[in-house]
Amino acid sequence: MSIHAILPSVEYKMAQELSVVATFEVRRRSYLGSDGTALRELPSFATDRELLVSLYRAMVLARTFDLKAVSLQRTGRLGTYATSLGQEAVGVGIASAMQPNDVLLPSYRDNAALQWRGVKMDEILLYWGGDERGNLWSGPAHDFPFCIPVASQAPHAAGVAYAFKYRKQARVAVCIIGDGATSKGDLWEAMNFAGVWKLPLVFFVNNNQWAISVPLKTQTASQTLAQKAIAAGFSGEQVDGNDIIAVRAAAEAAIAAARVGDGPRLIEAVTYRLGDHTTADDASRYRPSQEVQERWKQEPIARLRAYLVAHMGWSKAQEEKVATECEEHVEGAIERYLAVGAAAPQTMFDHLYARLPAAYSGQRKEVEDRFRG
Amino acid sequence: MAELTLVDAINLALARALADDPDVVVFGEDVGTNGGVFRATAGLQRRFGVERVFDTPLSELLISGLCVGMAAQGLRPVAEIQFLGFLYPCLDQLVNHASRLRHRTQGRITCPMVLRTTHGAGIRAPEHHSEATEAMLAHIPGLRVVIPASPERAYGLLLAAIRDPDPVVFLEPTRIYRAVKGEVEDSGEALPLDVAFIVREGRDVTLISWGAMVKDTLEAAEVLAADGIDAEVIDLATLKPYDEATLLASVSKTGRCIIVHEAARTAGFGAEIAAMIAERGLLSLLAPVARVTGYDTIIPLPRLERDYMPSVGRIVMAARNACNFG
Repeated sequence: MSIHAILPSVEYKMAQELSVVATFEVRRRSYLGSDGTALRELPSFATDRELLVSLYRAMVLARTFDLKAVSLQRTGRLGTYATSLGQEAVGVGIASAMQPNDVLLPSYRDNAALQWRGVKMDEILLYWGGDERGNLWSGPAHDFPFCIPVASQAPHAAGVAYAFKYRKQARVAVCIIGDGATSKGDLWEAMNFAGVWKLPLVFFVNNNQWAISVPLKTQTASQTLAQKAIAAGFSGEQVDGNDIIAVRAAAEAAIAAARVGDGPRLIEAVTYRLGDHTTADDASRYRPSQEVQERWKQEPIARLRAYLVAHMGWSKAQEEKVATECEEHVEGAIERYLAVGAAAPQTMFDHLYARLPAAYSGQRKEVEDRFRG
Repeated sequence: MAELTLVDAINLALARALADDPDVVVFGEDVGTNGGVFRATAGLQRRFGVERVFDTPLSELLISGLCVGMAAQGLRPVAEIQFLGFLYPCLDQLVNHASRLRHRTQGRITCPMVLRTTHGAGIRAPEHHSEATEAMLAHIPGLRVVIPASPERAYGLLLAAIRDPDPVVFLEPTRIYRAVKGEVEDSGEALPLDVAFIVREGRDVTLISWGAMVKDTLEAAEVLAADGIDAEVIDLATLKPYDEATLLASVSKTGRCIIVHEAARTAGFGAEIAAMIAERGLLSLLAPVARVTGYDTIIPLPRLERDYMPSVGRIVMAARNACNFG
């Protein structure tokens, strides 16, 4: 926006005479074009075929999992579920750049990131299947569970990062939020504090263009979401969120900087929500299907596959093997999930407090008696 | 033993907790150099350093959310919200996160935190500085809500709250921050949570209160004693979870129960106590349970605030009515 648009013209001349006290810029990172061709020299990790294949496999696994989860929901065997369809590069790219003892604070859409972190798929299904025990996962014990209220985990991330700094631990808190979350005060308050204390904290915005039915242009007049960091005193960078090499490179750089005491960063991963908001949503009510079809041309898995085929000797047979293995892996997880029976009703009181207060032991007993044999 | 005000006892407990446990961190608005707007944290930053006692940005939601993140990492955050009227941005964090983190992770991540704030009217403060909305907090499963009524209990209960493995909202009665004094030994000993304190034993009527109103209730008991009515006064101290057994035992002894709180009447915490006594103590009652409370209106600005608050006279009248019933 030019200064003309902001100031009445009579004040323009004077404004020109005012000194500039601060200038900012936001940069965008991308390596692979949508057809998988390299746009510039790739970061060094991209020469590691094994790593690229593992990233590819993780994205395929996330997509396979998502599709199966939706059919489980459609057949009444899973609760409401939010897929990461089309955004697999965001979760996998971020998680793959983290150390095991870093702490992830995910939103409800970050199944792919948690899978990379070591949370089992049957545990994730158990949570979305309506059982708190899914959060008692075998993945990193210090990672946060899915955050359902939007952006409210951002202040937690600041608290976690403060603890790292206070204890002089070389660890980083990684918080993933969506584009809608950037409209909330929670994020601003967390970023503001992180800036003041130079906390080891990286915010990732999964900008998938839609917050349920509200498009980005209705969410904000900001030119980018990355620039929201600037007012908090640290840099924001935009990255092609459908280019996993770019996401991982940006995440590595930001996390490494945070780890050595260089303070927080914000990365805006620009991607697209190819699916509905959740299984409870019907995006055709508010979004033209043509727009979605266009965006399928940008999706991250085909892009990396094209690169692997062109530069890493990736074959059709290898492709099919990955697909089959992912199918089997997910099927196995579903089987284990479906075999878990509901907990005893009185356990709804367990873990309410470290020790159930005497005031509530009667209620627990009432439930226990009501459902006894 | 030192004779301390309630706010000095808070300060003493904070200093003790900071000295005893390196995981304790104290923060909030103006708690550092300034020592808090009521001086509850005076001198702590100088003594324990800026990383353990620090000023946050003016950002209440953040303060409560920081607690959750720190507690998840095993720190023991003790944060201050300057006034209960400014705590409402923290409700999302308290309801959706702090109170349920242990439950929703089945014990994998816990949330040992204390959110301190002031409670109540009577200091001729500006609008929004005189709130008594404790019932709202006491409705949240997984939380503890504690409110001391004397310097000794302020010290012991705050230490207990800080050492408790679950989240505690600690309400400090502003009106008696400096209006009551008492001997407090810096023993490092916590008082039990979830326990009501019988602060005056009596046979004829049970007066239940908490926070600043305990002082007025004790004064009412003295007036009643002159009339030959022997009142038992209970400081509830922990509102959630509250000590049903002590209340029931007292009411079964006296047969009469008056609940005194300065919060508005409808759906106030007195309603919970009255319902509990109706359910579990009805047959021991010699008179209907009565409530002496603030009115169901907005707490007025200072010119009328004293007219809003339960007075010693209203408490005495309610107790006399109960004793003369039937």
